[in-house]
Order: sequence, then C-alpha cells, then structure tokens
Amino acid sequence: MKAIVNVYLKQGVLDPQGKAAHHALGSLGFNGVNDVRIGKQIVLDVDSSVTADMIKEMCETLLANTVIEDYDFELKP
Amino acid sequence: MNVAILRFPGTNCEFDTQYAFEKLGHSTQIVWHNDKELPQNIDLVVVPGGFSYGDYLRSGSIARFAPVMQEVSKFAANGGKVLGICNGFQILTEAGLLPGALKRNTNLHFISKYQHLKVVSTDNAFLNKCQKDEVLYIPIAHADGNYYVDDETLDSMKANGQILLKYCDKDGQDVSINGSVDAIAGVCNETKNVFGLMPHPERAIEMLLGSDNGVKMLKGFEG
Repeated sequence: MKAIVNVYLKQGVLDPQGKAAHHALGSLGFNGVNDVRIGKQIVLDVDSSVTADMIKEMCETLLANTVIEDYDFELKP
Repeated sequence: MNVAILRFPGTNCEFDTQYAFEKLGHSTQIVWHNDKELPQNIDLVVVPGGFSYGDYLRSGSIARFAPVMQEVSKFAANGGKVLGICNGFQILTEAGLLPGALKRNTNLHFISKYQHLKVVSTDNAFLNKCQKDEVLYIPIAHADGNYYVDDETLDSMKANGQILLKYCDKDGQDVSINGSVDAIAGVCNETKNVFGLMPHPERAIEMLLGSDNGVKMLKGFEG
C-alpha cells in the first residue's frame, strides 16, 4: 500500500519558491498564471496495518510543520 | 558558567561556540546527540549552527527528535537557559520550544555577510548587557532564516518583550534581509529562558574578525 502525502505552505504564508517560479513563467511568456505554490510530495510504502489515523499522526509529528504548512494524503492499494 | 554545546551529525559551529565561551572564561562540554542525559550542573545549553541531518525534510526537523533534545526540553521546562544559534534556532522552533518557524529566504539565496542588528528587548538573561535600540554588527549565514509567526502570536510576543533582535541598517532602521515578519532576527519564549537567533554572535568576539559585538551578547548569560 502507498500513502501519498502532499505538504505545502499554508495559504497566506508567502511561498518564496512559488513566487520565483511564477515570475520565471511570466518572463518566459507563459501568461495567465495567477499564482504558483510549490510543495513536496512524500510517498510512503506502508503495510496494511497502517491506518489513516496513523498517517495523520506522522504528518502532524514530523512530515509537516503545522505552524507554516498544510498537508493532505491518500492511501492507495 | 558550565556550558553544554550540542552536536548533531552536520553541526559545524560547535568549535567556534566552544572557543567563544572558553575565551570568556567558561567551561564547555560538547554533548553528542545520542546522549540520553545532559552533563551535571549545566548553566546553559547551546544548540549551535550547522546543517543537522543535512537539513533534510526541513531545517531542524530531524534533530528535534534526537535523544538529547528530550533532555533539553526537560531542562528548559525546569527553567534552564537554552540558546539556539542559526540551525539551533531552527531546531528549537521545530521542537516547539520557541514560537514560529523559519522558512526559505525570500530571495532563495544563502546569505552570508556581516549584518547590523537592532536590540529590541534587554529585559532577559541574554541581552541584559546590551542597550535597547543599540545597533550591533554580527555575521549572518543562512538559507532558511525567514521568520514566520502568525499575527496573534506576534502581538503577544511584542507585548511580552519576546522580540529580541531585528535586522536593521547602520542607523537602526528595519531592513528586510530574508523576508522575516517584522524584520525579526531573534526571539525568546514566554518564560524568557529559551533564546533563538539567526545571526552568529560566536563569530564576532574579536576585532580581528571584524567585530567583537558578540561578546556582550554571550556575556549576558553570566547574569
């Protein structure tokens, strides 16, 4: 089973990397991009005993810093 | 004073920190991250700069779970004084011992240079030998020094004198170096026994290296 965890800066917290990429896209002539947010995806290979609650706890404890980051995840067979 | 200086894999400022405190006449001990207790009769724990665990995941995020950090948390909870410099500041925020978090610098660069800093609060065990609004000159060297804290916490920190240092120009006007909220360079916790700052006072203790302003900062802990 795989747990796909996405971590990104909270809305309202300035994302310097996203801003730089946004600026670069504009410079390259890609118009119509309103905002860019850069996060990270963490893929966990887990066995069937791992529950969604456990993944949530992993996110809250280590994988995300909830002071500045939000996360979501899905469990895939 | 007896000073314990922590060392994680990737720490690189432990010897500079040791040199600085010993030059000021204190005894120091370097403590390995896997140690399950701190040495006896410690007056100050310093979490020095570097790149603990390669800054993997987030700066400081892995180091906070090292066995020695559980002891540092207990030490701080009992009123023990803790100072985090640079990566040490990041580790202390990740550990929840200091409010806020440190993000990537706004310009995405590693910034390494001498920087003017304004002293905001002196009513604490760290900056009591400095004057309020005094401008210090101290090196900075970081990629993740962009301090973030939510507005509500910031207001209570201001009211409680927890903002210690701000980035400024030579005249003491705030400058945005790395995107930090309110140009903040250093803070302390609510009980004023845990301190964190991005600049490196241990690198500014001799005029030979450009400034000795770090001396009066570190001497603050002598009481």
